[in-house]
Amino acid sequence: MLAYIVRRVWQMVPTLFGVMLLLFVLFNWVGGDPSYILAGKNLSAEALAGIRQQLGLDLPLPQQFLIFVRQVLTLDFGTSWSTQQPVSALLHSRIGPSLLLTGSILLLGTVLAIGIAALVAYLRGSVTDRLVTLIATCAMSVSALVYIIAGQYWLAFKGGWFPIMGWSDSTLDNLLHYLPLPLLLGVIVGLAPDIRFYRSCFVEELGHDYVRTARAKGLSEPVIMLKHVLRNAMIPVVTSLMMSLPYLMMGAMLLETFFGIPGMGKEVVMAVERSDFPVIKAITIYIALATMLFNLLTDIVYKLIDPRVQLH
Amino acid sequence: MPHTSTTPPAAQHHHNSLTRIGWRRLRRDRIGFAALCIVGAYLLLALAAWSGLVASHWQDEVAHPYAPPTLFAGTAPHHLELDAADIDAADRRATSAAALDSSGATGLSADEDPLAADLAAAQQQSAQYRSTGQARADSLPLGADQRGRDVLQKLLQGSATSLQVGITGALLALAIGTVLGALSGYFGGLLDDLLMWGYSVFTSVPDMLLLLAFAAVSGRGIGTVVLVMAFTSWTGTFRLMRAEFLKHKGREYVRAADAIGAGHGRRMFHHILPNVGHLLLVQFSMLTVALIKYEAILSFLGFGVGVTQVSWGAMLAEAPAELLQGYWWQMLAVTLCMSLLVTAFSLLADSLRDALDPKVK
Repeated sequence: MLAYIVRRVWQMVPTLFGVMLLLFVLFNWVGGDPSYILAGKNLSAEALAGIRQQLGLDLPLPQQFLIFVRQVLTLDFGTSWSTQQPVSALLHSRIGPSLLLTGSILLLGTVLAIGIAALVAYLRGSVTDRLVTLIATCAMSVSALVYIIAGQYWLAFKGGWFPIMGWSDSTLDNLLHYLPLPLLLGVIVGLAPDIRFYRSCFVEELGHDYVRTARAKGLSEPVIMLKHVLRNAMIPVVTSLMMSLPYLMMGAMLLETFFGIPGMGKEVVMAVERSDFPVIKAITIYIALATMLFNLLTDIVYKLIDPRVQLH
Repeated sequence: MPHTSTTPPAAQHHHNSLTRIGWRRLRRDRIGFAALCIVGAYLLLALAAWSGLVASHWQDEVAHPYAPPTLFAGTAPHHLELDAADIDAADRRATSAAALDSSGATGLSADEDPLAADLAAAQQQSAQYRSTGQARADSLPLGADQRGRDVLQKLLQGSATSLQVGITGALLALAIGTVLGALSGYFGGLLDDLLMWGYSVFTSVPDMLLLLAFAAVSGRGIGTVVLVMAFTSWTGTFRLMRAEFLKHKGREYVRAADAIGAGHGRRMFHHILPNVGHLLLVQFSMLTVALIKYEAILSFLGFGVGVTQVSWGAMLAEAPAELLQGYWWQMLAVTLCMSLLVTAFSLLADSLRDALDPKVK
């Protein structure tokens, strides 16, 4: 196991190098000369030269790449171009709200989706099953944007049950006051595809021989569902859950933008709007690292919950 | 069965029969066929919009701002519009109030005010234009937006744009994924290692973040969005095609093609590709749906199509401000139009997967 982990971590090095190369090509080559963006309206030859020198843009490209590599290795990405804050401090303050939001969405959404999916899989072929599947298919077709716009308008603005937007420094205040509506909308957006996927996992398990055997030896339906089917169906469920962890960080981008939550997703959108390259580069590196680590963790968890899996 | 060049009639027959079986199954599948018809209808509309047959005048301001849909003309919220008479009346009130003060509204008399002559000329000119303006409608079938543009026309043009972005983006992504996947799976070795490295790099960054990173360095516009989407979403197809080519390259029919002297390129794209083409069709419909959704989000955030173009996302971007004032029709129209297409495309993908599955008899 340890050898496997070490090998996988070692394999991350070329991938991370590739991500760095991709970002470097994008932002230092395709993106053109950023000093024009930074100089703004006071465009003068000296100002441009000064900015280029400050950013190291007057150096040859390989040397610039080495500077970027050093930034990644030390996880020190300099200062944001738009706010002059250190990027690491900026991201440090953004990760908390994002984790609170996406963590609660993931938790609540998964519990609800597994419950509903297990129920409709058990009742497969019935009117309830077809109705839930139909509703889920229709619900999936509506853009996430529409749920958020409509929810913010009707539940917060018209209904007045939630604050329209905002975030506070106190976690308790956030949990009680500002989190519920984004949480509700996040769960609604994710519920339909989750139910459909989990239902298919459960239905597949229900068709296996061991279910028939369990019925034949006289086990009650709840025991079969909860003890046998659920445990086997959890394998693909846990895998997909683990894979969605890094993606959820970005998936909350729309919710954070709409509800003014100072998280990573909102930061990305603002950084792209302001052409704040250091922030975009830093976030991409962090998320890529998180994705690689979670992929490794997924494989390990996969092995732990399914002894048949061989890691190689 | 393989598609070989030495026996065209027989090969043609076999190749067709695979497609024909799928087609027959799809015809029998009522939901799948209905979905195909809906997608086809959208495509025809989009073609008509591209060629300028319909909705070419979507930018014309044909109605009053926020003119309601015809059916809801009585119940919809009223838009208060100031016309020239109101503005003159307000002006007169302001001047009569200012007349108490001897020097007028600007604190300058007409002789002293350096802009007075220009202002008078501008007012004369604007009066001229106002009189030539065409009559604006009080209501439209699907209502009007802030500038009085017809929502129906915008919707048609927006659907065409969204479909264009989704379909061309998906085709390009499919082409990149297929070529790279074919090279990787067929040749293996160092090339495979290199391409797999590229794959692992692109998949270690979430799609949306990658899209935004590309969007940050490129401008706006349909062409850019299509390129950005193709560069970021080829990975799924690559993985699928790599596995298929890996599986097929050792098969007898490929070895037979080798024996009769077919080159690598011919074996890859003339012999193997037709045998895995049905997977690409399914992949294409799934990719199109995903890209249409991504385009909506990108355009909503302002990184998508240009400001002179309209798409579903650009229309949804106007929705929050409209809803606040009670104008719900543009958002409803876009939501229904987009949901119908996305549902139809998803159902079509499911049906295609079933219809083209060679294992099912």
